Amino acid sequence: MSLSARHTLSVWRRNASLYRRTWKVNLLPNFFEPVFYLTAIGIGVGAYITEMGGVSYVEFLVPGLICVSAMHGASFEVTYNVYVRLMYEKSYSVIVTTPVSPDDILIGEVLWAITRASIYGGGFFIVAGVFGLIPGVSALLAVLVIPLTGLMFASIGIAVTLRMPRIELFSFYFTLFLTPLFLFSSIFFPIDERLSGVWLNVAEVLPLLHPVRLTRAAFAGEATMTSVWDASYIIVLSLGLLFWAKGTMRKRLSS
Amino acid sequence: MQKTPNDTQPIIEARGVTKTFDGIEAVSGLNLTVPPGICFGLLGPNGAGKTTTLRMLYGVSEPSQGQIKIFGMDVGRNTRAVRARLGVTLQDNVMMENMSSRDNLFIHGRHHLIGEALLAQRVAELLEFLEIGADADKKVLKLSGGFKRRLSIAMSLINAPELLILDEPTTGLDPAVRHALWSKIRGLKGDGKTILLTTHYMDEAERLCDQVMIINGGKAIRQGAPRQLIEDELYPNALEFDCSSEEEQRLLEGASELVKLRTGTRLMVFAKDTEQILTRLQKLDGGNRRAAIQRPANLEDVFLAVTGTHLEDG
Ligand SMILES: Nc1ncnc2c1ncn2[C@@H]1O[C@H](COP(=O)(O)OP(=O)(O)OP(=O)(O)O)[C@@H](O)[C@H]1O
Ligand SMILES: [Mg+2]
Repeated sequence: MSLSARHTLSVWRRNASLYRRTWKVNLLPNFFEPVFYLTAIGIGVGAYITEMGGVSYVEFLVPGLICVSAMHGASFEVTYNVYVRLMYEKSYSVIVTTPVSPDDILIGEVLWAITRASIYGGGFFIVAGVFGLIPGVSALLAVLVIPLTGLMFASIGIAVTLRMPRIELFSFYFTLFLTPLFLFSSIFFPIDERLSGVWLNVAEVLPLLHPVRLTRAAFAGEATMTSVWDASYIIVLSLGLLFWAKGTMRKRLSS
Repeated sequence: MQKTPNDTQPIIEARGVTKTFDGIEAVSGLNLTVPPGICFGLLGPNGAGKTTTLRMLYGVSEPSQGQIKIFGMDVGRNTRAVRARLGVTLQDNVMMENMSSRDNLFIHGRHHLIGEALLAQRVAELLEFLEIGADADKKVLKLSGGFKRRLSIAMSLINAPELLILDEPTTGLDPAVRHALWSKIRGLKGDGKTILLTTHYMDEAERLCDQVMIINGGKAIRQGAPRQLIEDELYPNALEFDCSSEEEQRLLEGASELVKLRTGTRLMVFAKDTEQILTRLQKLDGGNRRAAIQRPANLEDVFLAVTGTHLEDG
């Protein structure tokens, strides 16, 4: 069985129904977090650092933090939540008694993770707008980068989750993978200015670097060949991982 | 709803179905034919391979060998089309615990792509049919086991299936709930649905099933109508009493044409006429000292006899 758009949508809707039940509790933290970041770092740290990358420090931070929000939104969904549905609640075992296929479930979950990423990243974007930190019309293009960031971290996360032996090990995924990405992907300082030679190429491996750079390009209103490379990286990595995860999902739900 | 091309075509047809897990055969060489409109029981002890068989039938698990046709279609190739026309109640209740029964039914129905208007109508009907209407809007986690089981069955009926697959529908439920569920299952059969269920309760199988198959260690060991199996395997009457193996010889001396079945100190004797044996027993003992029970032979006796409890022909 392959992919069917309408069946995939039924999986997305299942998650959306559950989220809607508790949307107030789910939605509010998405707005508090950016407010805390922007006040603490904008007003606090920003008082000591007057400029970075040609803009005020708080303006420098906004593009990266939007991507980080999207990354976290997608990651929680496809790690803990998918793992619980797979191993504890056994939700998929009842879904596969209907015409919904394992492929539909995989893509339905990814679409839902993209939705969560968009709610998180979009929340940050709106708060930044309220703070007057969205520089111009071109920055609206960054709204397109949010779901792309969601797609990439949903794909990475779900590929990991389908092979995860124990739920406790997710803490390694967060502390040894997502946290370093958060710290070294040109969010707090331009990483390329700290590196030289071959290390510049090595840094290109960091997944989060690409959406951050794309968002910055949108904020600055100048797309370059690097933007094409960044977008290609995100799409190719995501599709590759999803293709691989497809086989694993089929195996996990059959046997 | 689609009709099968002709009415005599079996709903389920499985040929030589085998499932191997890490070199061990959980199901081996199973042949199964279920005609339309009947209730078929798959009986077997824990680990016999009942659930594994069902999973292959609805196409979640691929057989290591053999062919399966449901509604005349190959399950592996026409999985979506087959599943659209069947409903499955899993052995464990799997539902969204934080949502209500009504929500669970709606969400499950959407996986079948049922339009919202028709879905609302089906949900209302099923809430009434399984008598869960009163608590339809309570969170599932607050409901009793019997209630959850009824909801599980309701979910598997949301697509108005022609074939209903029930994996141990009444395990762990109290007698009143079991009786209520049995009458629902009979009602569904009356509506023309074909039902395949698994159970290790022989009274359940005897009450509900037109045909049963007893499996053990993944192999079919007996198949037929419950009454027929009892007739074929045993004599119509049973006498149960406690006695040691040594005493047995003395107590049953002279009695012929009987089948004996022993579980520990309890001996069951099957014969055409158990009255005679009972009279002799009471004479030798000087009264009914062994808590002897006389009753008709049942499917449970057959099950114990054919799944390995020690059986001797006398
Ligand atoms: N995915 C699996 N991997 C390995 N072995 C399995 C798997 N599923 C089932 N088995 C084994 O296959 C055998 C049959 O299991 P199955 O669940 O079909 O039995 P059952 O008749 O449904 O038993 P029960 O009455 O306990 O539900 C068991 O020995 C079980 O351990
Ligand atoms: Mg079972």
